[in-house]
Amino acid sequence: MNKNYHPIIGMEIHVELKTASKMFCGCKNDPFGAPKPNIYTCPVCLGLPGALPVPNRKAVEWCIILGLALNCDIPLFSKFDRKNYFYPDLPKGYQISQYDQPFAVGGYLNITSGKEKKRIGITRVHLEEDTGKLMHATVDGKKVSLIDFNRSGVPLVEIVTEPDLRSSEEARIFLKKLHQIIRYLEISDADMEKGTMRLEPNISVSEVSKSRAGELPPYKVEVKNINSFSFAKKAIDYEVNRHIAILETGSLPEQETRGWDEKKGITFSQRSKEEAQDYRYFPEPDIPPIRWQKSQINSFKSQIPELPDRKLTRFIKEYVLSEYDAVILTDEKAVAAYFEKAAISKTVPAKTITNWIINKKADIKKLSPEELVKLIQSKSQVSSMPDKELEEIISKIISSNPKAVADYRAGKETAMMFLLGQVMRETRGRADANTTRKILETKLK
Amino acid sequence: MITDKTIKEIHSGLKRRDYSCVEIIEETYKNIEKYDSEINSAITVLDKKSVLKKAKAIDAEHKVSDLLCGIPFVLKDAYVTRGIRTTCASNVLADYIPQYNATVYKKLNDLGAVLIGKMNQDAWGHGGSTENTDFAPTHNPWDLTRVAGGSSGGPAAALAGRMSVFAIGEDTGGSIRNPAAWCNITGLKVSYGRVSRYGSIAYASSFDTVGPMGKTAEDCAIILERIAGKDPYDATSSLNPVPTYTASLDKTLKGKKIALPKDLLGKGLDPEIKNAILEAAEKFNFLGVAVEEVSMPIFDYGLAVYYVIAPCETSSNLARYDGIRYGNDRSNFTEETMRRIMIGTYALSAGYYDAFYRKAQKARTLFIKAYQDILSKFDAILMPVNPTPPTVIGELIGDPLQNLLADFYTVTQNPVGVPSLAVPCGFTKNKLPIGMQLIGKMFTEEILLNIGHQYQLVTDWHKKKPEMIS
Repeated sequence: MNKNYHPIIGMEIHVELKTASKMFCGCKNDPFGAPKPNIYTCPVCLGLPGALPVPNRKAVEWCIILGLALNCDIPLFSKFDRKNYFYPDLPKGYQISQYDQPFAVGGYLNITSGKEKKRIGITRVHLEEDTGKLMHATVDGKKVSLIDFNRSGVPLVEIVTEPDLRSSEEARIFLKKLHQIIRYLEISDADMEKGTMRLEPNISVSEVSKSRAGELPPYKVEVKNINSFSFAKKAIDYEVNRHIAILETGSLPEQETRGWDEKKGITFSQRSKEEAQDYRYFPEPDIPPIRWQKSQINSFKSQIPELPDRKLTRFIKEYVLSEYDAVILTDEKAVAAYFEKAAISKTVPAKTITNWIINKKADIKKLSPEELVKLIQSKSQVSSMPDKELEEIISKIISSNPKAVADYRAGKETAMMFLLGQVMRETRGRADANTTRKILETKLK
Repeated sequence: MITDKTIKEIHSGLKRRDYSCVEIIEETYKNIEKYDSEINSAITVLDKKSVLKKAKAIDAEHKVSDLLCGIPFVLKDAYVTRGIRTTCASNVLADYIPQYNATVYKKLNDLGAVLIGKMNQDAWGHGGSTENTDFAPTHNPWDLTRVAGGSSGGPAAALAGRMSVFAIGEDTGGSIRNPAAWCNITGLKVSYGRVSRYGSIAYASSFDTVGPMGKTAEDCAIILERIAGKDPYDATSSLNPVPTYTASLDKTLKGKKIALPKDLLGKGLDPEIKNAILEAAEKFNFLGVAVEEVSMPIFDYGLAVYYVIAPCETSSNLARYDGIRYGNDRSNFTEETMRRIMIGTYALSAGYYDAFYRKAQKARTLFIKAYQDILSKFDAILMPVNPTPPTVIGELIGDPLQNLLADFYTVTQNPVGVPSLAVPCGFTKNKLPIGMQLIGKMFTEEILLNIGHQYQLVTDWHKKKPEMIS
């Protein structure tokens, strides 16, 4: 990359919450698991005349908890707003969202990129509703557009960062960490393939001297339809190079929204600044504003589980693990919990359990932590076979390997290792290495 | 006529078996057949056979456990009714059959009240004369050349025409009170949040209220007791406990204080209406109420506040009628509705929001303060409902600005949220009804209904009915 330029990247991330019901009605929130289209619908999420939204308390709480986990302030006053625009998947003609007074503001997330530690600002975390889903199909030979409202009104959290990211790799690391925290909070599957987590990078490129002076470029490009961390990285790289090429000619890239074509690995223009919509936001009159007591915010804070950073530090200290092992163990909350349950008995060293989980790929879905501990114990039992049987096998190995025996007697230490290996192979690892070695040495004297 | 009687009287008659539920229903249908071709109060009249079937079932059980059981009623066509066409008086919804019931309808239906029809109105509530309707204007039973008022003109005219015993109207800026006053019936605009709006097709969500219309304050009290309260389907419905409104009706008015804003009785107010209001004030004096003059200069800004915020909200509320789902597209909106959508869209647009929407919301706060200031010292404020008697058909709809001015007295209570009871208080020389309104603090419907009832005990304006209804 051209060293005279800095990428300036901010992220917008949408996450569908996995509450039991939808954001503003009692319909089941399971658009991906629905056996048929339009079955989880009601007057509210279909936007029928006269229907009114009633906010889902759980969704609001989870949005606040996510905000707190991202070190945000929770303003004591918040409200919903209407974002007005037309699209066939939006049955009311407006989306209930939050405009100028979101649930959470001014947070940050620390990331480690290479050896550098960085703080990425979180501008805001707000709550809104998802839209229905359009499908373009051919029915009876006619090209038609179909609408599935199962997803209409599913709670959606939007996280917006400051333009603090300076490379596609930083963006990838940030996104992975955010994903991990969301999974830890157990508020969303954050599954990008299912679209329950969606990424929209905002990219611009600045001359180094200007970005050092804290000046932001006079344009930005938003990229949509990205459904993996690696695509996000690729799209950012593609855009950064495209912008640099334009800047090198002395022009300024156009402010626009672009889409990501994963097959071609390129972005393409979707909507220019001139076509940008005026959403005519105004306070949602159907939902009273939300006022919090400080005590309520504190109670939300107490609901936040131990997050990955803290767990990592604790694992290293408490279980004397390497950072490498601890990172892998704490990557997913369920694995970390599994490890701790197994390690708590202290009958098997934590390091051994780590080894079984990470290297031996123990099937933690089928084995309970207790069962894993028993398995490790049985496998590592000293001389788990009768001495007599072991002696017979050793005699057999000695007689069938005259050359190695001769080598050993001639002083070649490696021959002992060979014989030892043969015994282990014959006993399928059941023999204790030390015992076997002692017997071998006695017999070959 | 049975339908001349109050709800309580009819209920007693049903219990005594003076007449059956079937007879009451037959009477309402008879009056509809006789008068509604001229009045045009109904958009949809329910199939008589199936309604009578329900009446027969009520007679057979002879339970009439509730005051409203077996009592016929009508709904403004803004309330969705499962399986019954609901148009909001717009061609956009000309063939719309809802899939669910409005909470207010469900409550009344569960009590055994009998729905007769879905009534005419200004489309989407956009108007004060029931002329802005795609189903032809409603004519005033007191003078068929004149309007019934609006937007709940159909329900008001139906009550005056004895085609129903009570009605549920909807008031966003006078839509219950205005036609009530012009048709000589009693109507209550409730405190915002008092009655669930679920299933009420939205005009301006932060102003819309669901309220009773009847012949008397007592009727309104009986209905309100049964439709008020928190609804899990309406986040703006209030948790405030629902009083037994009827229990307070007989309280004496001695010691009560009523404010009379004299500055609102000047320019633009018909002298006959002014006199009727002053006479009502004297009547209150007679009842032991202290009536004191106050001034409300802020009223000059009322229409401006209302006609910015209401169009903003309606421009958003009507966005769902996009031509994709309800059959008829947006070209079916009337000119008046298009005007309100355009004004609202403009006022919310980038660059205009602060100058219009935000400023209007700030002024709204000033109105809340102005009402609080007076209502902290008084039990109610007395003022006219309409500046003029009912207008001749074509007069208002042909003059959009005059149409707005007609709402002068009724548009400021909705942005504030306070309740207001419209009560008949006289007639012009030409025998056109005059109404007054009594405005109270939030959630003091109890006091307003008490005042209205005591007034009706010593007056008989509310007992008069149009000459054509014999």
